[in-house]
Amino acid sequence: MKLIACINHVPDTATRVSIGADGKSIDRTGVTFVLNPYDEFAVEQCLRLKEKNGGEVIAVSLGGDAHKETLRKALAMGVDKAVLLKDDSPRDSFAVAHALAEYAKAQSPDAIFFGKQSVDADDAAVGPMVAELLGMPSVTVVVKMDVNGTDVVAEREIEGGREVVATKLPAVFTAQKGLNEPRYPSLKGIMAAKSKLIEEIAPAAVPARVQVTAMRKPASKNPGKIVGTDVSAVPELVRLLHEEARVI
Amino acid sequence: MKILIFAEQRDLQLKKHALEAVRTGRALADQTGGEAVALVIGQGVKNSAATLAGFGAHRVLIADDAKLAAYSTTAYAKIIADVANAEHADVVLMGASAMGKDCAPRAAVRLEAGLASDCIACTVENGEIVATRPVYAGKALTDIRISTAVKVLTLRPNVFSAGTSSGATATPAPVSVALTDADLATVVTGTSKSAGKMDVAEADIIVTGGRGLKGPENFGMIEELAGVLGGAVGASRAVVDAGWRPHEEQVGQTGKTVSPSLYIAVAVSGAIQHLAGMSSSKYIVAINKDKDAPIFQVADYGIVGDAFEIVPALTQETKKLLGK
Repeated sequence: MKLIACINHVPDTATRVSIGADGKSIDRTGVTFVLNPYDEFAVEQCLRLKEKNGGEVIAVSLGGDAHKETLRKALAMGVDKAVLLKDDSPRDSFAVAHALAEYAKAQSPDAIFFGKQSVDADDAAVGPMVAELLGMPSVTVVVKMDVNGTDVVAEREIEGGREVVATKLPAVFTAQKGLNEPRYPSLKGIMAAKSKLIEEIAPAAVPARVQVTAMRKPASKNPGKIVGTDVSAVPELVRLLHEEARVI
Repeated sequence: MKILIFAEQRDLQLKKHALEAVRTGRALADQTGGEAVALVIGQGVKNSAATLAGFGAHRVLIADDAKLAAYSTTAYAKIIADVANAEHADVVLMGASAMGKDCAPRAAVRLEAGLASDCIACTVENGEIVATRPVYAGKALTDIRISTAVKVLTLRPNVFSAGTSSGATATPAPVSVALTDADLATVVTGTSKSAGKMDVAEADIIVTGGRGLKGPENFGMIEELAGVLGGAVGASRAVVDAGWRPHEEQVGQTGKTVSPSLYIAVAVSGAIQHLAGMSSSKYIVAINKDKDAPIFQVADYGIVGDAFEIVPALTQETKKLLGK
């Protein structure tokens, strides 16, 4: 099987966001970037499918040189090849999807995996967009999957339950926490990843369809009211919720 | 502007976010001198679709076919795009639900449209739509302009008001449905519901338990309070990672981002990943024995004290109030 894991290099979820000088993006100073947490499930799923069925796993990321760090993590986890679609300029989700789809098209993969969303833009859009561009089926927010030949039965998370989806390879999947338990890179893997070549490709420019015109912090709340320091405060809390907030 | 709203139904029940999207679509149509057209996809959806007029739809369309009884990403995306083209829609709206987030990107590609996902505000400025959407799980907000002729927006559930129905009904007009096997490349063959459980992403009230509850066995009181309030149970990441609660309940940056009317955080300290996922809730109550816990910085009301005493008392007091 030929498997592609599309991965992203994003601020660690513990990051305290501050707005950058352009007023349209975050200030990256001092921010720790990591492999997007959901993409770990995507990489792991590719590795498991390869272990079962044989084949090759390619990790691909679109971004600047900094993304090599995340590609090396994927190499350390065990992917066979890492590809950087090198473009440091900001891209909207369609422009990212376009570049990834162009790369994937040339590879004729059996399956393409993404994390269910990048924890930066939170669009959850690139995976299904790549699928549409390639004319492949897509299943998003996958928590379980069984592959039998080209037949796939996947479970995806929906409100208050799960949905069982039947489809056929080649297809695109976006991984949700719970799909698997991502492996830790071995020391040997980490050492080997350091010397592996990361292929660089310059993707074609694609006009933006969506522009961020401003970024700001959400209005901070005024400090709330401490209603009390023990159980005797409960009747007053209920009164406030009923009469002041009117939410119960 | 011509606004097309894909109004999601499940089990022939229109979702609340579908009503919110229709109401929002009507507001955009009114501001731009246009028309709001609602589309319902499924089988046997005529009666529920008819009620969308009460929420502001000028016209209601239905794609009603046995092949559409179960959700299909590819088929639904195609129909939404085909109807948007046939109607010459300028804007396509839908709820940013599991279904909306799944099919909107595909519909947007088909329409060569820019997509703004999970919007929390949508206004018209100088005849142009400006959407606001959270990024970094709500740690920052962005204003978005879409430069394509057609624009697709998904709206975060529970943020936009659906209002109440005027009682008006419309006679839904069927659209022709011609689907090939390729259009049905994915198809839902079954669903498993967590019996009677409400999802945190849809709930208007959420009671979340944190690590301070000491163990999974102590979530009974959280479930009871949520039950009395008609809300959902949420969990912090620490609790999910410890295996006390399922991942579906996780609120925060690697879980769900929620905006209920009332969010009660019990024994949750308020790590930044958690605050990002819930601080846009309308009212936040924090119950924690540590007065310095960060959760108090975003709470509207707090009680500094022992959750094991306060939560049962809160359940009793709420029962009294609600006459349960």
